[in-house]
Amino acid sequence: MKFRQELKMALSSVKANKMRSFLTMLGIIIGVMAVTLLVSLVQGATNTITEELSGLGGSNLSCMVEKTTPRITLKEVQALEQEPEIGLVSVYSSGQGVAKAAGNQENVTILAVSQNYLQLNRLTVEKGRCLTDVESEYRLSNCIIGAGVAFNLFGTKDVLNETIRLNGKDFTVVGILEEEGSAALNTNDLKVFLPFETGQRLLGMNGVQTFDASASDEDSVAKAEQTLNNFLRGKVGEDNYEVFNMGSLLDMISTVYNVLGYLLGGIGGISLLVGGVGIMNIMLVSVTERTREIGIRKAIGAQKSDIIVQFLIESVVLSLLGGFIGLLLSGGILGIINAFVKDYHFAITLQVAMVAVGFSVGVGILFGIYPANKAAKLKPIDALRFE
Amino acid sequence: MISLNNIRKTYLVGNEEVHALDGVSLSIEEHEFVAIIGSSGSGKSTLMNIIGCLDVADEGEYLIDGQNINSLSEKQLGKMRNQKIGFIFQQFNLIAKLDAYENVELPLIYQGVGARERRERVLEALEKVGLSGRIHHRPNQLSGGQQQRVAVARALVTRPTLILADEPTGNLDSKSSHDIMALIHELHGQGNTIVLITHDNDLAAEASRQIRLLDGKILSDSGKGAMSGSGKETLSDNGKGAMSGNQIETGEEAAE
Repeated sequence: MKFRQELKMALSSVKANKMRSFLTMLGIIIGVMAVTLLVSLVQGATNTITEELSGLGGSNLSCMVEKTTPRITLKEVQALEQEPEIGLVSVYSSGQGVAKAAGNQENVTILAVSQNYLQLNRLTVEKGRCLTDVESEYRLSNCIIGAGVAFNLFGTKDVLNETIRLNGKDFTVVGILEEEGSAALNTNDLKVFLPFETGQRLLGMNGVQTFDASASDEDSVAKAEQTLNNFLRGKVGEDNYEVFNMGSLLDMISTVYNVLGYLLGGIGGISLLVGGVGIMNIMLVSVTERTREIGIRKAIGAQKSDIIVQFLIESVVLSLLGGFIGLLLSGGILGIINAFVKDYHFAITLQVAMVAVGFSVGVGILFGIYPANKAAKLKPIDALRFE
Repeated sequence: MISLNNIRKTYLVGNEEVHALDGVSLSIEEHEFVAIIGSSGSGKSTLMNIIGCLDVADEGEYLIDGQNINSLSEKQLGKMRNQKIGFIFQQFNLIAKLDAYENVELPLIYQGVGARERRERVLEALEKVGLSGRIHHRPNQLSGGQQQRVAVARALVTRPTLILADEPTGNLDSKSSHDIMALIHELHGQGNTIVLITHDNDLAAEASRQIRLLDGKILSDSGKGAMSGSGKETLSDNGKGAMSGNQIETGEEAAE
């Protein structure tokens, strides 16, 4: 109840000196904006980039062989799935081609893939079915196409079981992938997927040169990597292959971005501190200006704690108000950025908002304590005599 | 009800000790209307500060309602001012950004009185001083006399033991002064204890008892003190009473 009165008085004092209050808050407004904007921008960029990368095969291990002899067969690679630490293995080769159908043509990426490719790369078939290794074995002329290929060749028509001509050979469409949109870093919309051996023949390739594998669980990634290394070293010898761990690449990128986030947040934090000094400055002026008022209050029975609370509330109200205004402005600015930058999405997370507001309250208290204490220590007779 | 016994207060001005109060003893009973008269430098401001618990004496004993003030902490002094003393200042000392209602409400807020009771008491006090119609005016929207009435309302809203008025008419024109004095008389009539501090003999004459200070000592104490026969006031010259009024006035002029 007493607190409500104090709050009312603090608000009316902020209102009474609008220009001064605004200028005082400006420091906090800019500080909070700096913190939230910088951190949100970094977070937004991090999220977008890690999403893209994990979309490419999150915790996968990518293997590349640089030698075609001795030849590594599909069966040999797929046998790796028998190892306990390895989950799925998917083999693929890629090349460029031209797809023709219904009088249209389209430049596409041709991927010859084994059965697990779609699953391992988290691709979803929207219509139809997946490709199987049996189709690969019998070299059937079936294919799955990306949503973009389907639309560009056939328009909105149902393309299931239609025939498309790829580099002069006909293929039956047995499945269509879900649309990903152009925002994706490496979109699958303009790809055509063939059974592995069928595709190898079309692309004129021999043997397995690239394949992905996943670990059976998070903890066995290192062991799986080791197993793949051993397998490839035994096959083609040291220096003729490479195994990439996408997970550790991802970790590295997010570590870099996190550090960047803290760094920029810290710089913003410094401007918040400078804003706090501004508040302290104004509060000290306010204490001097209101020495007489403090004397009156003490004469009619205000305790030290009442005076401290009064001035603390005032500085916290100033900083909190500044914090909220800064937050709103940052939200507005991010909204504008979002409207212009299509591929990224920036938002102030609840966590960042809370930290920013929490910080501004902290700044209000930290820089309000000294002036409030100074006010509370005034002796009533001295304060009353003050002109 | 309040009693001061051999109160001393010494200030250091430069290297020189100034005895603002030099062994003052007096006691004031309930419902009394006492004027403390003295020229500037007589120690009356210091006496007021001590009676008002704004300051503590260096030596001597000061009791309000039997409680010794000298031994109180700063916090307890604040509580005393809040609950036992109502101040009326020459400068009104209202808080400029609060309206009449809020100014009167303030001591009750510090006392922790509940909202409903607070409202009742504030309105009652403002009605008593005849300002019911202007409760939401700020001090700068009120005349000097009206401001002082707000201050009076603020002083009596806590139902204090003692209303301490320090030159309450010092900044007012004669009509407003008259109104305020009438109000103070009315409060006295309603049973409040009033201590009026002034340099103005005419004003002091309106009180039922006059205490004159000179150089930190009580020069004379008329009426009540002698009648109540409280043996403590040995320092003051009780016998002279009203008869010696002229003589003392001359003495005061000499002092100025």
